[in-house]
Amino acid sequence: MGSKQEIEQKQRRKKQFAEMGIAISLLIVLSVLLPAVLPAFQLRLAGRFFALAIVALGLDLIWGYTGLLSLGHGIFFALGGYALAMHLKLQLPEGQLPEFFTLYGVKELPLFWQPFHSFPVTLLAIFAIPGIVAGLLGYLVFRNRIKGVYFSILTQAALLVFFNLFNGQQELINGTNGLKTDTETIFGVLVSSDDAQKAFYVITIILLGLIYYLCRWLTSGRFGRLLVAIRDDETRVRFSGYDPTGYKVLVFAISGAIAGIAGALYTAQTGIITPSFMEVPFSIEMVIWVAVGGRATLIGAIIGTLLVQLARTFLSGNFPEVWLFFQGALFLIVVTVLPDGIVGWVKNQGWKDVFAWFGYRPRVQTYPSLEQDLEVIKEKQDILGE
Amino acid sequence: MENILEIENLTVSFDGFKALNNLNFRMNAGELRVVIGPNGAGKTTFLDVITGKVQPTSGCVLFKGRNLQNIPEFKIARLGIGRKFQTPRVYLNLTVRENLDLVCNRNKNVFSTLFSRPKSAERRTVSGLIETVGLEAKVDLSASLLSHGEKQRLEIGMLVAQSPDLLLVDEPAAGLTDEETENVGALLLALAESHSIIAIEHDMEFVRQIANNQVTVLHQGSVLCEGTMDEVQNDEQVIEVYLGEAPPTPGE
Amino acid sequence: MSALLEGLFSGISIGSVLLIASLGLAIVFGLMGVINLAHGELMMLGAYTTYVIQNIFKPLGEPWFDFYIIVALPAAFIVAAIAGLILEKGVIRFLYGRPLETLLATWGVSLILRQCVRSVNWLLVISVGVFCLLFFGGRVLVSRRLDWEKIKNAVTAILLPVSTAIAALAGILMGSVPALSKAWFSARNVDVTSPKWLSGGVKVLEFQMPYARLFIIGLTAICLLAVYLFLNQSNWGLRIRAVTQNREMSACLGIPTAKVDALTFALGSGLAGVAGCAVSLLGSVGPNTGQNYIVDTFMVVVVGGVGNLLGSVIAAFGIGTLNYLIGSGVFAFIFSESDAFKPLVDILLFFATSSMAKVMVFALIISFLQIKPAGLFPPKGRTAEL
Repeated sequence: MGSKQEIEQKQRRKKQFAEMGIAISLLIVLSVLLPAVLPAFQLRLAGRFFALAIVALGLDLIWGYTGLLSLGHGIFFALGGYALAMHLKLQLPEGQLPEFFTLYGVKELPLFWQPFHSFPVTLLAIFAIPGIVAGLLGYLVFRNRIKGVYFSILTQAALLVFFNLFNGQQELINGTNGLKTDTETIFGVLVSSDDAQKAFYVITIILLGLIYYLCRWLTSGRFGRLLVAIRDDETRVRFSGYDPTGYKVLVFAISGAIAGIAGALYTAQTGIITPSFMEVPFSIEMVIWVAVGGRATLIGAIIGTLLVQLARTFLSGNFPEVWLFFQGALFLIVVTVLPDGIVGWVKNQGWKDVFAWFGYRPRVQTYPSLEQDLEVIKEKQDILGE
Repeated sequence: MENILEIENLTVSFDGFKALNNLNFRMNAGELRVVIGPNGAGKTTFLDVITGKVQPTSGCVLFKGRNLQNIPEFKIARLGIGRKFQTPRVYLNLTVRENLDLVCNRNKNVFSTLFSRPKSAERRTVSGLIETVGLEAKVDLSASLLSHGEKQRLEIGMLVAQSPDLLLVDEPAAGLTDEETENVGALLLALAESHSIIAIEHDMEFVRQIANNQVTVLHQGSVLCEGTMDEVQNDEQVIEVYLGEAPPTPGE
Repeated sequence: MSALLEGLFSGISIGSVLLIASLGLAIVFGLMGVINLAHGELMMLGAYTTYVIQNIFKPLGEPWFDFYIIVALPAAFIVAAIAGLILEKGVIRFLYGRPLETLLATWGVSLILRQCVRSVNWLLVISVGVFCLLFFGGRVLVSRRLDWEKIKNAVTAILLPVSTAIAALAGILMGSVPALSKAWFSARNVDVTSPKWLSGGVKVLEFQMPYARLFIIGLTAICLLAVYLFLNQSNWGLRIRAVTQNREMSACLGIPTAKVDALTFALGSGLAGVAGCAVSLLGSVGPNTGQNYIVDTFMVVVVGGVGNLLGSVIAAFGIGTLNYLIGSGVFAFIFSESDAFKPLVDILLFFATSSMAKVMVFALIISFLQIKPAGLFPPKGRTAEL
């Protein structure tokens, strides 16, 4: 047995090295080469796409792995965005208020704006506030074992509620108009300047990498397997002595915090945050990114986001009418024909099915496969070892 | 000997229908008790109450002298009661080893699950269990690829991995071939040496194989009679209930 | 006194709109566990049908025009029911047991329907017609062959792109004819003129009760009664209830569950159509009409519990009345008589707009679910498992 384990370990280490190599070279290409090659406008667009890919990662964590379909991730996304925007809005000389306040006759900065003077507090708020809101909402819902479609509808309702809350408060947060960040400065640099945007782009890439690894770490160990177990059979989990509520709350909170980070990055690269980020269609669209790429595969979430966003930019630029049709069709196709998404299709070697339609029969595989047969393993060892 | 499980005057009613009616039951530590009874006798509800899935309308369940009223299921499981469901319920998208490893985890808090790595003792337990349930060849296959009987064995293995003091087994032989039934029976007997077990069963052949001491017969939510297999089989009431020759009882 | 009366009437009136809109949703959810995100769009179809019928009646002149609504109601029912039937047969049928996927698929359908009414024109109709003719016609032709099962997938894989291409080509070729490419409705909202006998209202004390609202209350009552009688007195109603309780057993007893599903879905969709006809009397109708109702109706279903008409009724009126009472500030008004309630009044005033009322109502719903997680009338006993 010893030699078998050693071989396995060696293979695993080799694989890890290869993965690391790919990841690092990707990171270099994306964060160093691309900014040098792409014009400013395209770079900004790419930065936004990568920011959206970060939300998709968070959503994949909660939907793909834990099986809870959240239709309300727009809340957390927008909360993160607002946190950053509020900080940027406060880059003013002492005693001055952001201009929109004067429009509504507000003389004093509302209390909840005060902490956003400080940059570290803002950084904390960007992921802590959405995380806490998600945790709280999750606790109230999961505690009562509300799940499945009920959970989805409740998150959607919560989304609408937050939309109303932000949309209706003109004097506190500038209501429908939202907060414009393009004309503000950060560390003395104009946010919309090419340099600042380039920096935001690089930060987005780095955070995407970090969050990808965070999600991988979360989903690879026992914790990740427990998430899958909760998705498969929650009752069994409970009878095995685990309390699923805690796990679900934690993973929902993490997912919310990730969405908050993505929201802040997206806002910085869009130049504005408005309550429209909390509209129902946007949050459901996030789900389709994950679904297209492939649920429960982290890389799929990223790929899916990029593909759908590219399609969107192309279609809504050239044929605006077709975009909704296309999106609707995408939902239908992904659900009925490609339930595992693109990555899942490749992994399951879906092309073999397509070949099979035209009469090509793939080679039959033995079950359990020969590689797992104890005798075969032993023989292999004999050949390899002694 | 100490009673591991004591149930007193337990009643459970759903909308006025009494699934369990004034049930009294006790069993010793280390015993393998088989519970039989016709359909609708309340066998599954009986397990539901013990595991905390259903709250009793009145009466109480004492496990090792501790009242289980209002304790959530996962805490009851941590106290040392493991349950196997009627249809095998394993995590289909995890491999056999992962299934066992998950249950084997000693500390089931969120953060310790997140941060601690499996201990070598636990890994050894898992390897041992895989041998016990006879799934060595399929450790790294996802559980969805197992046959029905293999899933049953895996689930029993998962139960044991939990290292409970009391095992509740709901119809372990349902849907198995004769050979598989016998395997499961042998497995249960082996486990009975170190655990207390309550097994619910329909299959009389199987009951005869595993019932080496007391058998309890449930009928209409209460205990009809208790005794060894032979006593129970020759009991007139039991024969009536099973074969349906009973005169119409008033109030039914 | 009159304030309270007005509040009560408005509450009942809002509640009845909610109820008629959620009735179909509740039936479908109760039977199949399917939440139909396209329900709002089916309502919209009903509303547009009313608009079309109204336009047909307009040239007929006075005495006829007054009664177009009598024709519009069944027409709306039939159009929405047919749309629902196509939806069930084409998509949902394949997704039973996968409620979250159904949610996404119906969202896709909702997007397509919304874009459809925006851009529907003869061109689109002809193209779709050509596609259906080629695709389904081709399949029917080939399906007569004996080896149909074997070549089915291959035929589909060939027919699909070919017929799509031909249909698109036909569309492009005819695109030069301006009469064909003129949109029927355009993206703007359209107005449905109420018949004369529905405009105006009856005066009670100093408060106006619009006839249109009274008509909707009456219509809701009739629909409710009809659904109740259908479910409880007819053969198909019995079958529907049987399938709701235990699908497998019903199937074993020879109930055609597939037919029952289709029928129920058509019924639920038809009710959505009637609801659409009703709401068209309240304001202008646009492609996004359905979206305004969708979340509120979901909340009715969540609060009401599964498969119980009474629950839906209570929930609809409860949510409607609460929404109105909070939103109009009646509560704040009641408490403002005494100074002791000053902080409470301030809070209530903060929520005293129609959008903020939704925030408060959602908070109340969440707290309600803490006590009764499965709604007002939860299913009990063994069937409640899982």
